[in-house]
Amino acid sequence: MIRRLLATLALLLAAAPTLAAGWGLEQLMATLADNPGGRVSFVETRYMALLDAPIEASGELVYVAPSRLERHTVKPKPESMVLDGDRLSLSRDGQTHTLRLRDYPEAAALIDSIRATLAGDRATLEKTYALKLSGNAGRWALDLLPADPAVARLVSRIRLSGSSGEVHEVEIFQADGDRSVMRIGKPQR
Amino acid sequence: MSLLRRPRARLALAVWLALVAVLAAIVLRSHFTADMSVFLPREPTPEQRLLVEQLREGMVSRLILVGVEGGDADARAETSRRIAARLRGDARFASVNNGETTHLEADQRWLFDNRYALSPRVTPERFSEAGLRTALQDTLDFLASPAGLLAKPLVTRDPTGEMMSLLQGLATGGQPQRDEHGVWTSRDGNTALLVLLTRASGADIDAQEAAMGAVRDAFDTARGELPQAAAATALKLEMTGPGVFSVESRATIKSEVGRIATLGTVLVVTLLLVVYRSLPVLLLSLLPMITGALAGVAAVGLGFGVVHGLTLGFGTTLIGEAVDYAIYLFVQGGSGRDIRQFWPTIRLGLLTSIAGFVALFFSGFPGLAQLGVYSVAGITVAALTTRYLLPALLPENFRLRDVTPLGRRLSALAAASTRLRWLVPVLAVAAVAVLVVKRDSLWNNELLALSPVPAAAQELDLRLRAEMGAPDSRYLVVVNGADADAALRAAEQLAPTLDALRAEGVLDGWDSPARYLPSLATQQARLAAIPARAELEQRLNAAAVGLPLSASRLTPFLDDATAAHDRPPLTRSGMEGTSLSLAVDAMLLSTGHGARALLPLRAPAANGHVVDAARVRAALAQAGIAGDPLFLDLKHESDSLYAGYLDEAIKLSLGGAAAVVLILLLFQRSPQRVWRACAPLVAAVLVVCAGLALAGEQLILLHLVGMLLIVAVGSNYTLFFAAEDGMPDPRTLASLLFATLTTVSGFGLLAISQVPVLHAIGITVGPGALLSLAFCAMMSPLPRRSSQPG
Repeated sequence: MIRRLLATLALLLAAAPTLAAGWGLEQLMATLADNPGGRVSFVETRYMALLDAPIEASGELVYVAPSRLERHTVKPKPESMVLDGDRLSLSRDGQTHTLRLRDYPEAAALIDSIRATLAGDRATLEKTYALKLSGNAGRWALDLLPADPAVARLVSRIRLSGSSGEVHEVEIFQADGDRSVMRIGKPQR
Repeated sequence: MSLLRRPRARLALAVWLALVAVLAAIVLRSHFTADMSVFLPREPTPEQRLLVEQLREGMVSRLILVGVEGGDADARAETSRRIAARLRGDARFASVNNGETTHLEADQRWLFDNRYALSPRVTPERFSEAGLRTALQDTLDFLASPAGLLAKPLVTRDPTGEMMSLLQGLATGGQPQRDEHGVWTSRDGNTALLVLLTRASGADIDAQEAAMGAVRDAFDTARGELPQAAAATALKLEMTGPGVFSVESRATIKSEVGRIATLGTVLVVTLLLVVYRSLPVLLLSLLPMITGALAGVAAVGLGFGVVHGLTLGFGTTLIGEAVDYAIYLFVQGGSGRDIRQFWPTIRLGLLTSIAGFVALFFSGFPGLAQLGVYSVAGITVAALTTRYLLPALLPENFRLRDVTPLGRRLSALAAASTRLRWLVPVLAVAAVAVLVVKRDSLWNNELLALSPVPAAAQELDLRLRAEMGAPDSRYLVVVNGADADAALRAAEQLAPTLDALRAEGVLDGWDSPARYLPSLATQQARLAAIPARAELEQRLNAAAVGLPLSASRLTPFLDDATAAHDRPPLTRSGMEGTSLSLAVDAMLLSTGHGARALLPLRAPAANGHVVDAARVRAALAQAGIAGDPLFLDLKHESDSLYAGYLDEAIKLSLGGAAAVVLILLLFQRSPQRVWRACAPLVAAVLVVCAGLALAGEQLILLHLVGMLLIVAVGSNYTLFFAAEDGMPDPRTLASLLFATLTTVSGFGLLAISQVPVLHAIGITVGPGALLSLAFCAMMSPLPRRSSQPG
């Protein structure tokens, strides 16, 4: 259960903002590597077979290059999740739980991939995922297809899409058919 | 043998043989131990009793921490897995954990199956229509959270989220990290870690030894089966834990006592052979020593029921002490002098020794009391054997080889040494100065200082413990009940008080056996809060109106909630196979007359990991809960226990020294003589202490006992100087030198012991006895008669 949790966390962290200046996988990666970080709003919608209607969460994402990611949810309930280096802490209902990623190798593989994306580290990314870039500079989509079976058991595909140097959306297709879409607002500087 | 025709000799021999037979019979029936019992005070407070029980029997006492080092990561991980697999099938171990998640599934299944009996949130309000709606809304919010995926598979069976709340309550305490193979490793990745829990208590040293053997076997087997032979041979096994300490301590004490006794005997025998140059005389002089040792062990066995290994270790010093009487007899009496001439001096020395040791009888520390009883019985019997058996066995025309030449040389030396008489007060004053300067770092105040565990093993323990995040269970609240259920009820009543303390920041958290095994009443109350199926369905339908989670999907919840009603109540036996049963076993103990619940408290980091004892005690007193809840700080208790021993030992030592002076005054009737006997002793004690302080050795309880022994033993020698009103005659002087040398070799060997308790006595008394003699010679009045031979 914990592994799944972490896998989810890792997937959601993929929604961190990126600013792409150039075009092409090589250039996209180069731009991502230059990303100093920033603060954006997000709205996440989850579609679950279990539920009659999708549920929504919204708040703010903060990325501090190269290894710190924060997700501060405001609705439906305030909570925050911080990934810093190898430590992942989750604060909810006044309680904070801290985990070490290394204790959960599958989730660590996921997080490493996310970090590699944010850092524009294509080599690391390709250790876990097959990358597929489509569209054009004005409207692009990067598909991450898990090559690691342990990761594939949780997630079938992650799609990041955006235009120029901005990521607008992170869509996660879970292996059980459920899906989540995170829409990301304009960066606030 | 012609001497046996003498009636007195026959009588003495018969009495002695009978005595030895009786003593041997008592010794054979005595029990011997090397465990912590020696540290249990004879009249303990409830806190102290709990402390020692925890040390002896508690969960912590049953932990064995294992490290596998060397080789490569693959070999270590594989070895860890194989050791764990093998030990899991071994009935001697209650739990084997190496980070593999094998038991986690069993734990989670048990928690999930019993969630309605276990969750404190199950109340009538929660299962009302409004309560259910709130619970469903919370679950939906949780599904939207990053952690939501965790709950998703459980929602249809557990839409009120009881499992999540249970898991949150249990998620406490650190664990070591896992490597890529899924087993625990140290932070640097170079050691694979395992935590074992033995079934037997830590006080059962034989069982602990067997468990350690099983671990070693499992390691050797695992290593032998590894495919990579090179990596396998480089692997190393390390073990630590209280049980391991006990086993190693016992082995150390056993081997050291054996080694020291053998070496001491060899040394003393060699010395005596050199002096006597006669085998029969040598054998005769060993009789008092053997009889004395037997008497000492027998007296301790009779008085205490068990004889501690350390007492035996200390007893080896008696080898050197007990032959002294025979030396006086043979050397001083060997020239034809009747024993009655010098017996009064020996008898007075014996009395002062006894006075010193008797003081230890009154110690609340059984270790010291045993030592006192052993010594008094030992030296008394040794002296009486010397006085009444040996003369009877000696041939009538007994003549020892003449040691007068040696004695004369000694006399000359002693006479020359008096020119250094000024050195004694100078050294004494300098010693006082050193002690004053070093007074703050003089004493070691921790009970651990008495532990026979070598520093290297303590470091290993500290390291593995830190890596494991193993509990040290320093703070506890303890409640008693007439039976297990009553103790659990009492533990449940503590919850509001402890929660309040936690909210105030006094505690970081707390645990309770009732968390895993609620009392029957609590279980029943929780299950009664769940309405009958039809009623629950109706409330659920109403509660889910307008929510994206429709009631029609929640039939599995209705099934589970209904089934919970029909389950028999949770019992400890129903937990078998889960690691949660261990938690209950650790926190719920059966006592002779009921049960006891132990609630470990976690100290807040903000307060330097220290719990404010006064606030906890005040809160407990205010709550007025049944079962007499008692707050316990184990470290404080053990330190104050030791401080109490130390305090008492200081008083007893002073008392013993005072008794020695009093006896001397009584018999000598001359303050000047008493001063002459005592001043060298005081100087010797001061100089030895200062020397130890300068050498950086922190003083423990047993150094103090050593000082008392300097006075008690050293007075035997100084008395001869006092008695002769000047320098003793050459023969007496020679006998004194021999006696001191045997004593010094006995204690000197203790000084090289790795067991701190034995070392402390040895390093104090050995040099102390020598210095007493030397100071005595320096301070004696200038020789008048004894300067002329004859």
